[in-house]
Parts: sequence; structure tokens; C-alpha cells
Amino acid sequence: MNPVLKLLLEGGSLTTAQMAQVLKLSEADVNRELDTLKKNGVLLGMRPILNLSQEDSGVVRAVIEVRLTPERGGGFNRLAGRIARFDEVESCYLMSGGYDLMIIVNGASLQKVAAFVSEKLSTIEGVLSTATHFMLRSYKEHGFLIENAAQENERLKVAP
Amino acid sequence: MDNSKFIAKHVAGLPKSGIRDFFDIVAKMKDAISLGVGEPDFDTPWHIREAGIYALEKGKTHYTSNLGLIELRRAISKYVEKNYSVSYSPENEILITVGVSEALDLACRALINPGDKVMYHQPCYVSYMPGIVLAHGIAVPVPTFAKDNFALTVDALRAAWQPGCKLLMLNLPCNPTGGTCDRAQIEAIAKFAVEKDLIVLSDEIYSELTFEGVHTSIASIPGMKERTIFLHGFSKAFAMTGWRIGYACGPATLIEAMMKVHQYSMLCASIIAQEGAIEALVRGEDAMKKMRDQYHRRRDFIVRRFNEIGLKCHLPRGSFYAFPDISKTGMNEKDFAIGLLQETKVAIVPGSAFGENGKGFCRACFATSYEQLIEAGNRIEKYVQNLAKK
Repeated sequence: MNPVLKLLLEGGSLTTAQMAQVLKLSEADVNRELDTLKKNGVLLGMRPILNLSQEDSGVVRAVIEVRLTPERGGGFNRLAGRIARFDEVESCYLMSGGYDLMIIVNGASLQKVAAFVSEKLSTIEGVLSTATHFMLRSYKEHGFLIENAAQENERLKVAP
Repeated sequence: MDNSKFIAKHVAGLPKSGIRDFFDIVAKMKDAISLGVGEPDFDTPWHIREAGIYALEKGKTHYTSNLGLIELRRAISKYVEKNYSVSYSPENEILITVGVSEALDLACRALINPGDKVMYHQPCYVSYMPGIVLAHGIAVPVPTFAKDNFALTVDALRAAWQPGCKLLMLNLPCNPTGGTCDRAQIEAIAKFAVEKDLIVLSDEIYSELTFEGVHTSIASIPGMKERTIFLHGFSKAFAMTGWRIGYACGPATLIEAMMKVHQYSMLCASIIAQEGAIEALVRGEDAMKKMRDQYHRRRDFIVRRFNEIGLKCHLPRGSFYAFPDISKTGMNEKDFAIGLLQETKVAIVPGSAFGENGKGFCRACFATSYEQLIEAGNRIEKYVQNLAKK
């Protein structure tokens, strides 16, 4: 695996200067590596991982199961691409099993998510049905436990 | 009343651990970056912790056999054969102990007659010499040197050997130096052990954390199984220090002797820890390798930094310790470490805590986050630069 990418995945939140120091590269080298990763479509982007229950603005999230009519030639791709483009859609996956797409949707309120489902999503031609499940509470976000986020390291300072 | 007169002479005569002294100073310092620990920064992988919880749920709260759970001994037998190329019978050649520390103590107590001499290489883990003395043995240190990357050489063994030596303790890879021996060196040590008719106690607790080459256990050298007690545990590779679980493998007669001491002192290791250990051996390899990879990269970074700073540091082939030579600063290792702590709030351990031969060196544990290592490196650099100006 690319060493810059490896460090990104394990290193928490190192700055590019710190990454350069660890890898014995110049900062420009690290930035060039990151650009290459982006250009090759490996690294899509970087964003903070929030504990949304601590967010004042209030975010409502829902998982929506969508059944689609597949099309000759492209299967589900055209419709999936169309649905994925909505700003409300955070993630979109083609699934095996009882439905076709699983999408994760963010909205400022329950009404806004409901409006997205009833006005945008379900009115697209080819969408057969939707089932919306609102998320009630998060216990882990992208590898970070919510409860223990601030837990202190209990190791002794000096040990044999 | 002066009740100190009641303390046994061989206990009263033991020095307080140098680490303990240093710990007292560091404990008072708030927000110090500590490279002073001797354990992984990772918590035990969750699946192992979960196995411990499950054991409790299932009512596994009783004594086990003195030797330990047979399922665990079977798993150890398989694991040791696969990874160390030596096979032990789960029935009578494996004993589960409360950490390798207990295994070492049992071996000393089971094998040492008062006045028997025990060779051990030094710098070394803090309990070797006291373990020998507490069993009424005489400790015979064998120096290892930075010029050999702290590998144990037969020349040093020969120079230190004296009539009456009965045991040889090995800890490869070594805490605190990270030094280890390649196969040829191990073979030479084995030959020496046969020549001098020594029993070898081989503490291989850091063996999974070998970064270059293949770890060779002395027990796997032809003719050595019968005179080696192989000691190992779960603390370092599986990040299970607090579980206190280890084991000894060896010839049935020696294991039986150790078991006698164990049975009358400890009885058995915690059943919960034993259940966790089974999970670690059966399904823990991936998590262990992931941790090792991270230590590997952190080692490369911190060793490079020490050398850039001008503190000569050999590349430790195993363990999670760097052992830089600080003598160039003109200070002794204690003053260097205390000054570093007081001026920059970075804690490393003076090498002399690990014996005479650690003088002029300090131990820095790199089992900590990159952020901390980077910051510690920068602070040590400034500290050394300021020393040079003085």
C-alpha cells in the first residue's frame, strides 16, 4: 500500500508537515502523493468525523431501502447515479437481497428527509418502492466509538 | 519498634528498582509525554476482551487444573510448533502461569540450589537479577554491547562464565535494548550451553515483534529442547499486559518441578485470562500482525530521529524499545533523563535501571502515537541542542 495512504489510515490526524517528518519526505512530496491519490480516484477526499449528537444544528439521518426497475444495458447504474447526485444523499450502495439500493440520507429535520423521499426519490421513474429507517442513536462512526471518545489512556507513565 | 530487622536478609539486600524511582518523579509531572512505558499503547483487541466477558457470563469463575486449561495448552502446543518449530505435549510439557514473570520465578525456584550461579545478559529486564537472588542463586551478568547491536555473543559468555554456573537466562529480542540474535548466533549459544552443561531459560516474550529476519528459538536447535525452558506469554504481542497470562514449555520433569511450586503458591492462573488467551491464539493473528506493522513503522521513525539528533541509536530488530546512546552529551543517563523530563516533559528511562551495562543509554518505548513520537522527537532535539550550547 502507498505509504502516505497507510499513514493516513492509521495516523489519526497528522498534518502534512508531520506526515513528511514521519516518512522522511518533503512536505511537497507528501502533497504530490496526495494529489496523485486523488487524481487516481483512490482518495476521494478527507473530512472530519463528527459526533452528531453533540451538534447543535441537529442532523437527522435515515437509511432508505430502494427497489428499482433495472434497465436493459445499464442495469441499476443510471438510476443509482441519478439518485446519488442529490445533496441529501451521503452514501449510496447497490445491495444483494430484498432491495436494490441502500442510501444514507442527511437532513436538517425529519420533515426535510420526508420531503426528499416523497417528492424527489419516490417520484423518479423506475423507483418501485422505498422504506425509510430513521437512525435513533450512533454508537460508532467510521471506526470511532462515541462513548469512549474522551476516555483517558490509563497506562502507567513508566513501567518495566 | 524497628521491625525492619524481621525482613529476610536476601530481600532487604535487594535494591529498589531504578524504574520505580523514576516512576515516582514522572508521576508528579502533569501532561508529560511518556516514552517510559513497557507495554503496548493498544488496548487488547476487542474479540479477545469479548471472549473474557463471555467466559464470565458462562460462569467460568472456578479454579482450573494446576497446569491450566487443557484447551489452552493444546492451542499453545499448536502455536509454538507452528511459529517456533519445537513441539511440546499439552499433557505434561506446558504450564500456564501468571505472566512470564511468574514462569521465570518458578523456573528459578525449581532449579536453583542456594549458591548456584545463573548467567543472564545485561542490560536486561529489571526482574532477572532479583529473581535469581530471591531464589538464593548468584547472578552472573554477561554484558551485551551497542557495537553488536546488543546481540549476545559467545565471547562475552565465555568471559563471564565461572565454575558453578547452572542456568543461562535469555531474553531475545531484549527489553530494553531491542537486541536479538540471528540463527548462527543462537546456534553458537546453544553449543556453549551444551559444552558447559547449562539449562537455558529462554524468555521470548517479544519474539512476535521481530521486524527483520526470522526469530529463532533456542529450543528449536537440535539437542536443546531437553535443556531449555521456553517462556512466553500474551502481554506484548497481543497487548494483554493486564491479563497477566504466560506459559512455560519444557521437558516434562522440569515442568513438573515448576508445577509443584506453582501449585503451592499460585494454584492456577485466572480462568478468565486463560479463556482470553485461547481466543488470542486461535483468532488473534491478524490483529497482532496489524499492531506489529505499526510498531515497525514507528520504530523506523524514532530511530531515525535519534540519529538525526546526534544520539547514536542502533536499529532494534525486535521489541518496541529504542536504546539510544546519550553519552555524547557529556551527561550520565540519569541526569539526562531527569533534565529532559523537567525541561521538556518527555519521559524516557535511564538505561542503568536495566543494569550496569545500560550506563550511557536511555530506553524510549515507541509503542505510542505518531503525534506523541513526533513531538517527543522535536523536544529531545531542542534539549540536546541546548545542552551543546552550554
